[in-house]
Amino acid sequence: MPGGRNSQRAWPDDGVTRVPYFVYEDAELYQEEQERIFRGPVWNYLGLEIEIPEPGDYITNHVGDTPVIVVRAEDGAIKAVVNRCAHKGSMICYQPSGHVTALTCPYHNWIYDFDGKLKSVAFRHGVRGQGGMPADFDLAEHSLVSLKVATIRGMIFGSFEPTVMPLEEFLGARLVTHVERTLNRPYRILGRCSQTMRCNWKLYAENSRDTYHPSLLHSFATMFKLNRLSAEGGIEMDEAGLHHLVFARRHTDNSSAEYDSAALRANEVGYALADPRLIEDWIEWDDGITNSIMTLFPCLNLQQSLNTVAVRQMVPRGPFESELFWTFLGFTEDDERKTRIRLRQSNLFGPAGFISLEDGAIGEFVQKAIRGEREQTTIIEMGGREVGPSPKTRTTETSVRGFWRTYRRFMNVAVGIPCQGSSMPQRARRSRSFSPDMPMRSTMI
Amino acid sequence: MIEDWPLFFIDDGQYLVTTRENLAKERPIGIMYCDGRGMMQDRVTALRQAIVFEPHVYRHIVGSTVISPTEDGSYAAASNFHILRTGADGAVVTYGCGRYLDEIVWHRGEMRFRKRTVVLDSSRIDTLLVIPL
Repeated sequence: MPGGRNSQRAWPDDGVTRVPYFVYEDAELYQEEQERIFRGPVWNYLGLEIEIPEPGDYITNHVGDTPVIVVRAEDGAIKAVVNRCAHKGSMICYQPSGHVTALTCPYHNWIYDFDGKLKSVAFRHGVRGQGGMPADFDLAEHSLVSLKVATIRGMIFGSFEPTVMPLEEFLGARLVTHVERTLNRPYRILGRCSQTMRCNWKLYAENSRDTYHPSLLHSFATMFKLNRLSAEGGIEMDEAGLHHLVFARRHTDNSSAEYDSAALRANEVGYALADPRLIEDWIEWDDGITNSIMTLFPCLNLQQSLNTVAVRQMVPRGPFESELFWTFLGFTEDDERKTRIRLRQSNLFGPAGFISLEDGAIGEFVQKAIRGEREQTTIIEMGGREVGPSPKTRTTETSVRGFWRTYRRFMNVAVGIPCQGSSMPQRARRSRSFSPDMPMRSTMI
Repeated sequence: MIEDWPLFFIDDGQYLVTTRENLAKERPIGIMYCDGRGMMQDRVTALRQAIVFEPHVYRHIVGSTVISPTEDGSYAAASNFHILRTGADGAVVTYGCGRYLDEIVWHRGEMRFRKRTVVLDSSRIDTLLVIPL
């Protein structure tokens, strides 16, 4: 049933400015997200083409909970199939990456080609005339589940939905342009790691779209004017509001009264870096942007911060845990000096990053504090109550509201959502508690 | 005291926390990198004054160290480690294990690190890394 029991139960009337805490805990909703979002009409990040340069090279990844194999076929095309044998459900590729001539299940030696078509079954005709599969066993009926694949600038995306719109259309022209702008030269991987976060995937999805928090939570950034909201910057998004780009030009930060006088924890420590080479940078892109974070629905970030270029993929690991995979990139043209600058700057990001490490914990802070809460909601009103681009300021939660608007569309949550320019629903908030015969609201988004 | 940590290094000493995988694939970026004592001091200052994290402590169980002299008069040292983390809630978990690869030199009559590479066996960090390993 659209929306499910839970989504009818307690989504408040206030549109995307309120999110009930139960959505971060509910196991049933988590299962529904797997189906409607991750296995639904979205493009999920699968990896980088440079990770599988030769035919037969493969990597494994996850789309939501579903394990997938991404492999380069003989003709150079990239294929993606579910990493689960059609026979007994075993993983086929059990290493993170490797090279194979076919996809062979270790359990009973069922062999598939890179399209996922079953080519042979061990002992299909028995041994010495005894045993074997029934005569009508048809290889063609037992293919691996395959994903549609598309790439942009060497980033591989996959979708379980055969009728999904083309990747470029899904991303929208603005985001396509910015992906192309960011990965504008051949690149290589400088490092990889991941971090477990003890929080629901949506808490990190919100965090990575939250342009209000960085200069407050990440005090380090504010102290060194790395990413203060007083620098020139804003938010752009695709027309449908699925994906967001927040950008800033650090060298335009001429300070502001709000930062200099306000009692921000972020401002209290007046120290200078003992070694300022940590943030030594050069203007690498013609547009002068020093920080740009793209968040692509559902779970991907592509960031350029100073000269740090990184792909961040979040994989949900059940309702209460997520894993964030960091891939740091450099450009193949980099000389040793540039690589060293990127290496020093890498201290700003990742699980030990001065500007990112708190994000590993803040979701857990929320998760711990909302435990068992079935009535209360968040408040998401900074910068208004609508969803839309914010070209002049990042002091807004518009991208967070954008995430929830998109989420609710995919999950078919049947509650009125104000679009930009529409009048606001009543302010008197009624937290609707569960009633099994509560009617579905008719206002669909 | 964590403030003493940079003092174990020479001025331009290097400290890198990386993973077995990144080291094997010769990828320079790991988890944490300090290029000189100044960057180590900045790590300590940030830890003490800027960064938000739940309090926790690490207990290092370090195995026997294999030390071998090198041609330039320094020493190469390698030790296995097991790090346990005790959190604010009292939970004790294995945070990581791996190997210290060290370059140790004489500096004004004291032995100091010229380079310490902390190679974690796992590429996955539990929540965050703020206290040097």
